[in-house]
Amino acid sequence: MSQAMPGKPKKRSGMTEESFLSKLTRIILLVAFDAGAVWFIQNALSKGFDQLVVVIGIIAVMFNVIFLLPQAYPLRWMAFGLGFLILFTIYPMVFTVYVAFTNYGDGHLLTKEQAIPLIEKQVFLPEGGKAYTWTAFRNEAGEYALWLINPDGETFLAKPGEEILPAKPGDPGIGEADSKGIPVSLEGYQRLNTLLAASDKDLPNIKFGLEGDQVIQIRNPSEAAELQIRFKYDPATDTVVDQSNGEIYYNVEGTFTSRTGKTISPGFRTVVGLKNFRDFLTSPALRGPLAQIVTWNFIFPTVSVLSTFALGLAIAIMFNDPEFPFKRIIRSLLIIPYTIPGLISIIIWRGLLNSEFGIINKILNDLIGTAPRWTTEPFWAQVAILLVNLWLGYPYMMLVSSGALQSIPSDIYEAAMIDGATSWQRFRRITLPLLLIAVGPLLIASYVYNFNNFNLIYLFIAGGPPIPGAATQAGYTDILISYVYKLAFESGGRGVQYGLASSISIVVFFIVGAITLFQYRFTNMWEEASENA
Amino acid sequence: MPSISQTFDSLRSSQKFQKRFSIAIRLVIAVILIVFSIFPVLWIVSASFDPSQSLATQTSLIPSNASLQNYQRLFSKDPNYKFGDLVFEKWIWNSVKISGISTILSLMITTMAAYAFSRMRFKGRVTMLKGILLIQVFPNLLALVAIYVLIFQTGEIIPRLGLNTHAGLIMVYLGGSMGMNIWLMKGFLDTIPRDIDESGMVDGASHWQIFWNLILPLLRPILVVIGILSFIGTYGDFILARILLNDVNQYTLMVGLQIFTSGQFDQKWGVFAAGALIGALPIMIIYLALQDQIVGGLTQGAVKG
Repeated sequence: MSQAMPGKPKKRSGMTEESFLSKLTRIILLVAFDAGAVWFIQNALSKGFDQLVVVIGIIAVMFNVIFLLPQAYPLRWMAFGLGFLILFTIYPMVFTVYVAFTNYGDGHLLTKEQAIPLIEKQVFLPEGGKAYTWTAFRNEAGEYALWLINPDGETFLAKPGEEILPAKPGDPGIGEADSKGIPVSLEGYQRLNTLLAASDKDLPNIKFGLEGDQVIQIRNPSEAAELQIRFKYDPATDTVVDQSNGEIYYNVEGTFTSRTGKTISPGFRTVVGLKNFRDFLTSPALRGPLAQIVTWNFIFPTVSVLSTFALGLAIAIMFNDPEFPFKRIIRSLLIIPYTIPGLISIIIWRGLLNSEFGIINKILNDLIGTAPRWTTEPFWAQVAILLVNLWLGYPYMMLVSSGALQSIPSDIYEAAMIDGATSWQRFRRITLPLLLIAVGPLLIASYVYNFNNFNLIYLFIAGGPPIPGAATQAGYTDILISYVYKLAFESGGRGVQYGLASSISIVVFFIVGAITLFQYRFTNMWEEASENA
Repeated sequence: MPSISQTFDSLRSSQKFQKRFSIAIRLVIAVILIVFSIFPVLWIVSASFDPSQSLATQTSLIPSNASLQNYQRLFSKDPNYKFGDLVFEKWIWNSVKISGISTILSLMITTMAAYAFSRMRFKGRVTMLKGILLIQVFPNLLALVAIYVLIFQTGEIIPRLGLNTHAGLIMVYLGGSMGMNIWLMKGFLDTIPRDIDESGMVDGASHWQIFWNLILPLLRPILVVIGILSFIGTYGDFILARILLNDVNQYTLMVGLQIFTSGQFDQKWGVFAAGALIGALPIMIIYLALQDQIVGGLTQGAVKG
């Protein structure tokens, strides 16, 4: 509490004086919160969201500690902030790291516990075994019914999605038997003659009976048979046995695979170790586009920061003159790009730079008779992105540079002038070094921001033009983060790959983290934190 | 001594001339830069009043038969025009609602936490302050998959907080409120003299009373800056809203404007222009009106979303 306030008696202010009423409200609210948390955790448990159970549990325990222990009083001021921080920032981080080591993605979306019952539900039509003779009926809606006779002469009526029940000709709704003991009619249904039934294309695919109970399918024109469970999971050996031919499937990285390479769908989520990172580095299908993406991912922020800073600084120096006319209105007009929400600006530029109809290309065609195809040629697409980012970014650099310029004391310049320094020397030896101290950290922050500038890359032309022959969707202007997004949310029929996407996220995290830590050292933020402690 | 004073005069006038010349050149450069800076805006204004509404047919800055047709189409007041899932009024309302609520809640979280960090001393304080900075290194964007799964699972238990709900999206935005802004706010709080707190304590006020009655009124200026920047940041966010909202009636303005680019974008140019202007104008006005305060915040490290 107030231990560090020098010269003050140590007084547990706010705590000892807490009124009974406020204590009571605190306890009541805490109990209500706990009840809610318990209810939520129970539900999460029943749905199998194990990780969610853990994180909500941690937050609940934290809240109880914070609101019950007097020593934790200061944390009560940030309890909700901490709760949201854990739930929506820290937990997703941990989850991302975990997913990076798994095969989570299309074909592996389920947990093993969810996948095995699905696998064991799959059935097959045995070649031999108990068979029925069948007669088909059809109603006007095109629905079918089967009359079945088993080898013992017992008769059944089967409809899709309904339980198969014993039935006899003459029962209610069932017509009289013909010479073979088959009813001539069913209420609402028309009997199909043998030829018609044999040539019906739908009939062999229809599953009669109730799933999970007893299902019968037509095997050939004279026989129908009961479908049997195809796969049996053996927990002891972690294998699946195909009941139809005895083939054994082994668990290979979340997919049951036979010795001959056959696989059973669905697969399931499992830890695959460093496989995603290995794929990232070595898979030839990925390597080509990735090398391109990584290279561009460094060029793009570097050129962007340098170009925006150069232009912004030039403008700031040019108008850094208190007597300059219209100074304020010029500044207001020049920061306009910064005031428009980025998404809107980017889409506007997408229209302006349209290769066929865009105004920029119309002007260029009129002036020089030719114009680059901004959206289809890789080089010009990259130029376009840099151009748009220059437009978006120079006002910020202009604002921070002109702020920093004004903080440089003018007597340094006077001294330099007396010493006969040229204006270039003054800029090179005085302005730039002093300026960089002030705006250096902001330049690094801008580099980091552009390193992950998803909005610009994605909204301009979605990372295009596409790299031909890439194993996953990848384009010439894609950066890692937009590539991650495509892998995870826009598979384009190739299947989402959360695992690979997360592993790339982690690589990005290490790159950005290293740059940011460097920035913090630059700004002495650590020292600042310690000084005030 | 006329000669000396003459040379002095001519030197002065030539200096004056040089100065004027330099200003003239810089004014010309300023005009070129201004054209670069505002041309896209002027072009979109023109497009929004051009009834031909296609990218190909817009050929001059001043449309030949200007009309409000694009705006009527945007608000579905043109019976002859149908563009799939356009519910523009709703998108604006959703954006204002989501940004407003998240800004207010996140300001509350930020201010209270910063107050504790500035005024109280407790174990782990420095570690937490550093931790808050470190966590920001991992951008929200990288954890998209995890956030998506988290909100999906939450929605399975409490549907009102799940996918496609505004409450779910606001919660995710709040997850980012323990960030850089706490440092900004704490820095500001550190400049408020402690005598104020101590005078309150002498009178027997609790921490909460001191915070609410004495400190909070003094925080007005910084609250305005952080609040506006955070509102604009949330208003302009695209990606989180894009993956968490999937019903056209729930979209925010930014997600809504983005769907214009799918399909025949050049045919929807005019209507998009009208929508873009309406979406951008309030933010532009706020920025230009408050540019001095915002510039002050920028140099201290606040970042536009």
